[in-house]
Amino acid sequence: MDWTSLILSVKLACTATTVLMFLTAPLACLLAYSHLPGKAFLEAFINLPLAMPPTVVGFYLLIIMGPAGFLGRLWAGATGSPLLFTFAGIVVAAIIYSIPFALQPMRAAFEKIDPRLIESARILGLSPPAIFTRVILPNSLNGIAAAAILVFLHTLGAFGVMLMVGGSVPGQTRVASIAIYEAVETLQYGSAALMSMALLPICYLFLLVVHRLTRSKS
Amino acid sequence: MNIQVRIRKPLPHFNLDVEIACPEAALTVVIGPSGAGKTTLMRVIAGLDKAAEGHIRFGDEVWLDTGKGIFIPPQKRRLGYVFQDYPLFPHLSIHDNAAFAAGAREPMVRTLLARFGIDHLQRRKPNAVSGGERQRCAICQALAREPRLLLLDEPFSALDVFTRRDLRDELRKMKEELGIPMIYITHDVNEALYLADEMIPIVAGRVDREWMQRSVARVDAARSDRSKAVREPRLSLAY
Repeated sequence: MDWTSLILSVKLACTATTVLMFLTAPLACLLAYSHLPGKAFLEAFINLPLAMPPTVVGFYLLIIMGPAGFLGRLWAGATGSPLLFTFAGIVVAAIIYSIPFALQPMRAAFEKIDPRLIESARILGLSPPAIFTRVILPNSLNGIAAAAILVFLHTLGAFGVMLMVGGSVPGQTRVASIAIYEAVETLQYGSAALMSMALLPICYLFLLVVHRLTRSKS
Repeated sequence: MNIQVRIRKPLPHFNLDVEIACPEAALTVVIGPSGAGKTTLMRVIAGLDKAAEGHIRFGDEVWLDTGKGIFIPPQKRRLGYVFQDYPLFPHLSIHDNAAFAAGAREPMVRTLLARFGIDHLQRRKPNAVSGGERQRCAICQALAREPRLLLLDEPFSALDVFTRRDLRDELRKMKEELGIPMIYITHDVNEALYLADEMIPIVAGRVDREWMQRSVARVDAARSDRSKAVREPRLSLAY
């Protein structure tokens, strides 16, 4: 039983979820309320990780996060260390890989808000940021919570992408899914079974919560 | 302070093209059949919709001048808008709804809630009170902003006849106290006659001063036709 990997997985999922919530909220707002001409193109691009095989996503991330890639150079310039095969690297990968899972429920929740409430708030003198925090956010908490849980689960389950950009550095990038794979490969079925069993109830419980949150109240 | 409005906006079936002015401390009723562009006119005045061409002047402020590219956003117009179907914020209590506006002062909110008889409900959520109580709260919400102009878009049409009568009386009483221009939309002639200081009939996007006479004449004509038939109960007699 590899506790470090399990803890690392949870740490990764928590970090990616937190960052993604803040990152996606404005994007979801934009997609829900604006009438941009290129909205469909932007949305299809953001949803790409949903459609492509994880290894393909991983491959592209490997390229852009590598020492010659745009993200890799940016990171190296800011911190002085490489991005690939580090914890920060798999966090970035998890964020990009899970964006669609954060965006869709959040956007759906924002779109469900009665537009008259937003108009009413404008007339009552609220600035756009105040409208977001006082009207949109409190009325879409369920959707946001559902988005957070889906991202958490999706990151917990990511395998192909993690393997491509993270490899299997113990304590750094060897997350539970990779540790399970390696345990099976080295015929340590007992260890693999224990780790799998630890993940199963977490995922099941969270999915029940998502169901409860997204069920319509009426 | 008075308001002067001149706007032109193409709508699906006709062009809205009106020019109206509303004096201070007076209630101007905009009346006309459904779909005549009344609500669009209000939305343009509030700044929620944009006009193709237009000019809105409130006192010495210009709110809209399409020629010069001036557009003051709704947040800065400081007006009150009471919608037909009272959209209150579902996550807030009646009190917090009434106190929602930017710069709403607590003593003012308390006074308003008491005045409209809903202070005993202030901890309840909007879905736990009646339609009439929700609309009272919506009026408190609009007034707590201390608006300089009050727009009312068929505010009482979804209410039962007794609640409607009470609120109408209250509104008429408030007219002098508030001392601000009010624009009230309705398609109900009785309501218009009861409340209005001035009436502006709008039909198919245009001001049509003869509409009242024509529609009243038609009512009379219809009545003589049906003189032998059973007369419909006239709820308007309740006012």
